[in-house]
Amino acid sequence: MKSSVIVFPGSNCDRDIAVALEKMQFKNQMIWHKETTLPKSDLIVIPGGFSYGDYLRSGAIAGKSLIIDEVIKAANDGCLILGICNGFQILTETGLLKGTLLRNKNLKFINKDVHVKVTNNKTKFSSKYKINQILKLNVAHNEGNYFTDSFHLETLKKENLIAFQYCDKFGNINNQANPNGAIQNIAGIYNSKKNILGMMPHPERMVDKLISNTDGINLFSSLIN
Amino acid sequence: MQITNKIIEKHGLKIDEYKKIQKLLKRDPNLLELGIFSAMWNEHCSYKSSRIHLKKLPTKGKQVIQGPGENAGVIDIGDDDAIIFKIESHNHPSYIEPYQGAATGVGGILRDVFTMGARPIALLNSIHFGAPDHPKTKNLLNGVVSGIGGYGNCIGVPTVAGETKFNETYNENILVNAMAVGHAKKSKIFYSKAKGINKAVVYVGSKTGRDGIHGASMASAEFDENSDEKKPTVQVGDPFTEKLLLEACLELMKDDSIIAIQDMGAAGLTSSSVEMASKGSLGIELELDKVPCREENMTPYEMMLSESQERMLIILEDGKEERAKKIFDKWDLDFVIIGKTTNTKNLTMKYKNIIHGEIPIDALATKAPIYDRKWIRKKPSKCEVNLKNLKKIKLEEGLIKVLSSPNHSNKSWITNQYDQMVMCDTVQRSGSDAAIIRIHNTEKAIAVTVDSSANYCKSHPISGGKQIVCENWRNLISVGAKPLAITNCLNFGNPENSEIMGEFAECLSGIKEACEFLNYPIVSGNVSFYNGTNKKNIFPTPVIGGVGLISKLKKPIGQYFKAENSFIIVVGKTFGHIEQSCFLKENFSITDGSPPETNLTNEKNNGEAVLNLINKDLVLTAHDVSSGGLIIGLCEMSIYSGVGIKINKPKILSNLIEYFFGEDQGRYILEVNTENINKVEKILKSNNIYYENIGKTQSKYFEIEGEMKSDINELYKINNQWYNDFNAVTNK
Repeated sequence: MKSSVIVFPGSNCDRDIAVALEKMQFKNQMIWHKETTLPKSDLIVIPGGFSYGDYLRSGAIAGKSLIIDEVIKAANDGCLILGICNGFQILTETGLLKGTLLRNKNLKFINKDVHVKVTNNKTKFSSKYKINQILKLNVAHNEGNYFTDSFHLETLKKENLIAFQYCDKFGNINNQANPNGAIQNIAGIYNSKKNILGMMPHPERMVDKLISNTDGINLFSSLIN
Repeated sequence: MQITNKIIEKHGLKIDEYKKIQKLLKRDPNLLELGIFSAMWNEHCSYKSSRIHLKKLPTKGKQVIQGPGENAGVIDIGDDDAIIFKIESHNHPSYIEPYQGAATGVGGILRDVFTMGARPIALLNSIHFGAPDHPKTKNLLNGVVSGIGGYGNCIGVPTVAGETKFNETYNENILVNAMAVGHAKKSKIFYSKAKGINKAVVYVGSKTGRDGIHGASMASAEFDENSDEKKPTVQVGDPFTEKLLLEACLELMKDDSIIAIQDMGAAGLTSSSVEMASKGSLGIELELDKVPCREENMTPYEMMLSESQERMLIILEDGKEERAKKIFDKWDLDFVIIGKTTNTKNLTMKYKNIIHGEIPIDALATKAPIYDRKWIRKKPSKCEVNLKNLKKIKLEEGLIKVLSSPNHSNKSWITNQYDQMVMCDTVQRSGSDAAIIRIHNTEKAIAVTVDSSANYCKSHPISGGKQIVCENWRNLISVGAKPLAITNCLNFGNPENSEIMGEFAECLSGIKEACEFLNYPIVSGNVSFYNGTNKKNIFPTPVIGGVGLISKLKKPIGQYFKAENSFIIVVGKTFGHIEQSCFLKENFSITDGSPPETNLTNEKNNGEAVLNLINKDLVLTAHDVSSGGLIIGLCEMSIYSGVGIKINKPKILSNLIEYFFGEDQGRYILEVNTENINKVEKILKSNNIYYENIGKTQSKYFEIEGEMKSDINELYKINNQWYNDFNAVTNK
């Protein structure tokens, strides 16, 4: 399985995701943002960080970069796209995913381990998880407060496009378990074809028992199948 | 322009110093030259008051590759791996503009580390604020914390450890000390010594603006009521550009293009060019019209003295310009040859082909003034503690007072604002005695921590100095690391005051004694004097940053109890030293008296024994005993683990308050399971280590036989309440 990680100036989780992908036996390449062609890939990852300093608005400048046209083309051809954290923000800026990521409700950067529930396990990203499985993942963001209009929210629910929802350690989805104020505790969503996943938590931080846990591994092993 | 006394004073120079300048130049300086002298001769850059004392510190050891005098210290951690680290203050700018002051403090210390070829792998900080109810504290605290987070989070280096303290002594002068730790290959360390004549001097990074002009001079003066007017001298940080600069520099460092490299920190272009030339005994000629400027019509004076951030000066090998430029172009950074090295031993500043200033390098560097300032010894502080009064307070009552105090309350609301996990090598995050960072792609790790004890240092600077080094050493031991070396940030008041100079000299002699005894050399550091406002000086606050090595990484033991029914062992003797304790401060507002004595022999023996036990996998948990004494140590291990404790009535001291709240040094609390208890006791006995078996872990109660029994969830709430209340008030 071939993967490509897009590296923008200011990306800072690019090495982390590359380490995780290689650990999971992906043949990975790093693609610099000034490139105008993409190698043939089964998976494209847009990593976390502060692309272009997140100036203007997080993800806004990356959403208009040279390489992103190629990502959009590949996405439309059905290539799997994973956007993590800043990558999720970029995907919403490109329109590949709908909705937006507002500033955290408490107006502060948040880094901590949170619990999320696997809301849909019937996608190429999640088939190795059990439905409603509770994962402990790490979030690190300033703008992770997902918001969308009520029409799209209905679509998300109807078409089962919500990927993960913040919950407590018992799986209850409530306000206390919502770190950033995201609507309906949404931590990640799919596009309607389910080949694009955007998520705020970092699965690549959860593939090594020594530093955290291995709850992120099944996301990558689902993909490699 | 005529140089008047007023201009001299405005540049922070004394008349005597001006006379020295005239003598060195054999003429009057012009304004540009005066500005350069002011930038190089101020306290912050020249260490003129501290130098003779700093010289006495131990800086050598088998583990030391580079001691003080470079951008940062370098130590050997085996194989081809080196750790490069330093701590630095950004107190004055942070008080004036907390977000930018703190952010650029982080940016500056990161550059010091990657200038030497290291990839930064961890950030730490020590921040001190005034009383929580002081009108400025809330704004300063929030600004500094977001500034530290804003910079580290964006550049993508984890902020893994630190300390936040409150004391009215910092009401008008907060402390913001940032430490950066990087990893490099031993064979790829870069220094700032220029070599060779006619080599290209290259400017890379951000453009030069008018920000931060004379920042270093500001940091070398006391504040007064007009300090807010100094806002324009605070630099503005851009972590995004620094990230590009970091990657570009590391890319260029892959081959041998660089002769010397120096970041433009305090005193910007001036100090970077002078330092490189001075170390190489060369001259340097700059063509200032080539300096990339952010603003129009900048004068040579402004360009030389700007402290705009995210800039570096590089001396390149011949023929490497093209390759180097390509790298900086890739990262969209300026790359301009602005001058060359010369054999004149002068700093020559040309603008539009006219020499605007020319100063012998040694006049700026080696011939800068050095002062042997008058200092006096501290008189011991007496404290008559009435033991009867102590007994009036119940153990639980005293505990709650300390647990709920700003200084001891939980600080996760701060650490949650820092990305601790980026780079995916953080093995132990905050919430332990020290953080642990894996060396990427290896089985090795380093442990890092920062510590300070201003109250102890104020009361008895020698004991205080000794104590912090030991506490820092203990914190590394507790996570299973072998302590290797330290960096120090020496925050003091006005050195022209003989009492303050005395605090400095005596703290340093305490630090020296402990470092020598523990083979724990100082490899880098920074001195920050003039911390005070209107003649009110801060408490002496040396901050120690320590680095230790874990050669074979295992899952860290942490400081939270693991299981019920384990034995609780206290290594080191409890004497019940209650003076200078948090107990007295929080319960009786008593702040005089002397700090606990540090017995270096016991400290070393106890530490080595504990490290041995941890390495042999004989302990489940380890935690050092420090501020708050035994009971706070036990609380920290219990209330965040969900495991309770039952402590037997102590046999040796009749006064429970002294036993549980005394802050005697050299102690550790260990959790040991039934299977290993005999082995542990045997090892301790055979090494003549004093220890006590004080009780066992149990389910959810924090219990001291016959004295108190509290639900740990209640204590947890008490420990987390202060910030909620503080925040609720501040949000109104």
